[in-house]
Amino acid sequence: MADHKKNPMKVFMNGLITENPTFSLMLGMCPTLAITTAAMNGVGMGLATTAVLVCSNLFISLMRNIISDKIRIPAFIVIIASFVTIIDMCMKAYLPDLSASLGMYIPLIVVNCIIFARAEAFAFKNGPVASIADGLGMGLGFTWAITLLSAIRELFGNGTIFGVQIMPAAYQPMAIMTKVPGGFITLGLLLALVAAIRKAIAKHSAGKEAKA
Amino acid sequence: MSHSFFYILVSYLLVNNYVMNQFLGICPFLGVSKKLDTAAGMGMAVTFVMTLASLMTWLVKRFLLVPLELEYMQTIAFILVIAVLVQCVEMALKKISPSLYQSLGVYLPLITTNCAVLGVAIANSDAGLGLLESVVSGCCAALGFAMSMVLFAGIRERLAMTKMPAWMNGFSGALITAGLMAIAFMGFGGLLG
Repeated sequence: MADHKKNPMKVFMNGLITENPTFSLMLGMCPTLAITTAAMNGVGMGLATTAVLVCSNLFISLMRNIISDKIRIPAFIVIIASFVTIIDMCMKAYLPDLSASLGMYIPLIVVNCIIFARAEAFAFKNGPVASIADGLGMGLGFTWAITLLSAIRELFGNGTIFGVQIMPAAYQPMAIMTKVPGGFITLGLLLALVAAIRKAIAKHSAGKEAKA
Repeated sequence: MSHSFFYILVSYLLVNNYVMNQFLGICPFLGVSKKLDTAAGMGMAVTFVMTLASLMTWLVKRFLLVPLELEYMQTIAFILVIAVLVQCVEMALKKISPSLYQSLGVYLPLITTNCAVLGVAIANSDAGLGLLESVVSGCCAALGFAMSMVLFAGIRERLAMTKMPAWMNGFSGALITAGLMAIAFMGFGGLLG
């Protein structure tokens, strides 16, 4: 990991697809399940997390030669908590509705394992440009994953996506989808689907190689 | 805020269980619940730290943040208190009770990033609870976490011995199991009216 000339584009795609934090690394499960009751919440939470992740990755990467190895964990915590506080205040000021619906989960971004894991595994070992790319990739990977999850839950639980009516009027919304069990079960099924798609792709490319 | 302590206990164990009703502490809930005894160990460690953390964060808020008008620093202050506390507990345990340290040791560092600990501190502070109420809430919330974790680990141990469809193995199956468990917990919804 001492490679300082990582291609930022590759790093970005890695977070977005290959090592998607939700579908491959299984990190940040609490917000993933808790706030994904409406698609708008998913987008808001995802972007807030992305903003914190990019800022904390950049800072930690810039300070990686100053911070001694022994105190790196408390240092990470302070840096991450500072950015979370900034984002929390900004959202309270400019997006009060979204802030109210995400509630306690905004300050809880501090303990989102994605941010901590990227600080430890990537930003502390790589240059600032690559770290920003990693933060953006991981953040947006998280965003699309939870937006997808929340869109599915909103569709079945409420008949809408982003508040727009999709299902015919005769559709009886399944209230359980927006409740706690719906979150667990939808994510479980979605993970199984992603695993099946990955398997199919691997099989397909293996078959191609065998032919060639 | 004059609920009896029994009311708080029942509320956090069944009705407002942190894992089953509020989605807090999901990472350890899914991560270390493959075996019953590790789940019980994690539950004990979390109960210990969460009770102490509720006490410490209340004191920090009351005697540091409020007098200095630094309430907006709450998130930073609380997470630091928790991180320091976990470190201290780890060191103290190592010295005082090596056997307990042996069984809980590996889980202790993980507790810093357990969102249930920070969650209970923020929830107590937002609700403006008093010292005793905060500590009792913290302890009961942690007991609720430990209880659901032990129950879930019990189910997973049984499931590991049964034949499951291939796609249900691993994480997907665990999540769906948790979902079914959460449905059972929804039944307690109206218990306290």
